[in-house]
Amino acid sequence: MTAFWAWFVAAGTVIFVIYCIWLITWSAKQGPTNKEDADLVGHKWDGDLEELNNPAPKWWLYLYFGTIVWALGYLVFYPGIGIFEGTLGWSKYGQYEEEMQAAADRYEPIYARFAEMDFDVLAQDPDAQQLGKSLFASYCTTCHGSDARGAAGYPNLTDNDWIWGDTEAAITTTIRQGRNSIMPSLAAALGGDAGVDNMVNYVRSLSGLVEADNAAMTAQPMFVALCSACHMPDGTGNQVLGGLNLTDDTWLYGSSEDAVRSTIVNGRNGVMPAHGDLLGDKKTKILAAYISSLSAAQ
Amino acid sequence: MRHEVIEKSVNLMMVLIVIAISIGGLVEIIPLMMSADATDPDENIAPYSALRLAGRDVYVREGCYGCHSQMIRPFRSETERYGPYTTAGETVYDRPFQFGSKRTGPDLARVGGRYSDEWQRLHLMDPRALVPESNMPGYPWLADRKIDPELITSKLKALRLLGDPYTDEQIASAAAEVDGKTEMDAVIAYLQELGTNRRARR
Repeated sequence: MTAFWAWFVAAGTVIFVIYCIWLITWSAKQGPTNKEDADLVGHKWDGDLEELNNPAPKWWLYLYFGTIVWALGYLVFYPGIGIFEGTLGWSKYGQYEEEMQAAADRYEPIYARFAEMDFDVLAQDPDAQQLGKSLFASYCTTCHGSDARGAAGYPNLTDNDWIWGDTEAAITTTIRQGRNSIMPSLAAALGGDAGVDNMVNYVRSLSGLVEADNAAMTAQPMFVALCSACHMPDGTGNQVLGGLNLTDDTWLYGSSEDAVRSTIVNGRNGVMPAHGDLLGDKKTKILAAYISSLSAAQ
Repeated sequence: MRHEVIEKSVNLMMVLIVIAISIGGLVEIIPLMMSADATDPDENIAPYSALRLAGRDVYVREGCYGCHSQMIRPFRSETERYGPYTTAGETVYDRPFQFGSKRTGPDLARVGGRYSDEWQRLHLMDPRALVPESNMPGYPWLADRKIDPELITSKLKALRLLGDPYTDEQIASAAAEVDGKTEMDAVIAYLQELGTNRRARR
């Protein structure tokens, strides 16, 4: 704020406080000062109901003066008058920094202890698990669910099916940098409805959902040509690329014929957003250990 | 002057009330309007692109501010969950700002990039498909309604008149930017940018 506006605020504030003092002292002198001398205001209701113009009650007057004293005290201690920062040196930013510092003093030693622990030990530590659970509730449940079992398109973290791997490095990277799993649309490459139908049946046969008939088996060479780069020739997936395992019972986008068809025809674009900036390394590690522990319990 | 003089003249009372209230405004509001802290954009803060502006208008129209604030207060409990606290300088291009005052849902000031575009789309169509505990209503009609390219050009021009630094190129390409886009696309583009210019932390 420029000096002019600071003084503008100061002048406005002081004038208004003085005005308040003048107003109450002046108006207290108007009219009667005790109840005995009070006049009738002149209204009459229901024949005989009249109102006296009594002086303001004393407790009310003192309360009014009390608020003025409070205001003056506030202007002395806190930044309120524009040209003066207050004797306490308080600011909302300062208060925030203090709060952050107090939290750092309290929690940093705890985080530091966990940061030094071995990942596998950390995943077993009850305190770390408790902390990890809280972190998970704050940052992860919106997509992965409050029970960590995910939703269609959002992986279940409690099972032993790992899309990008279950090592410390893999989980940490997933949280810190995020992941992007792109399944391209293959409708054109499969050459029309019949090709798609065969591929749907072939893919579903990999995990035993259906028996692959001869027509479905004709899709096998296409699978090797188009899909094996990510899903491997036998359909078991590739954690380096985030290629899903198609031979197990876990279906990220659903196992129904329609769901598999939609995946093949329209493709999928699974995004895990990066959380490194938001969480920082120490929290990331605790969270990774907690997530690792979820499926270890299985 | 006895008090009945004021009590019996509504006009006089009105004038005196206006004077009394104006002093608060003069001292608290006017200096802030003149203060660079409140009116100059922070670093990296630029006016909304055409699509995002259209999305912002959808956000306002649907009353999202009724349940979502865009104001992270300087408390640890808020900055831990959402990100850096909100400053006046990052909301200078919000007309009106979307601070809100109620959080039935979470604050959205830093929601950009927290979820994928696809998550936002599914969630706006049917929130409970992704978050079973959610009590947010679905907004499926946004996917059917197209953004009006002519209207967005006028909006950009109007905002430039108010002082937002839109360039001639931005105004010329505005219609093309929103052409064929649905309100869903626009509101997602808006949400995905919220706070992304203020995310750096730790």
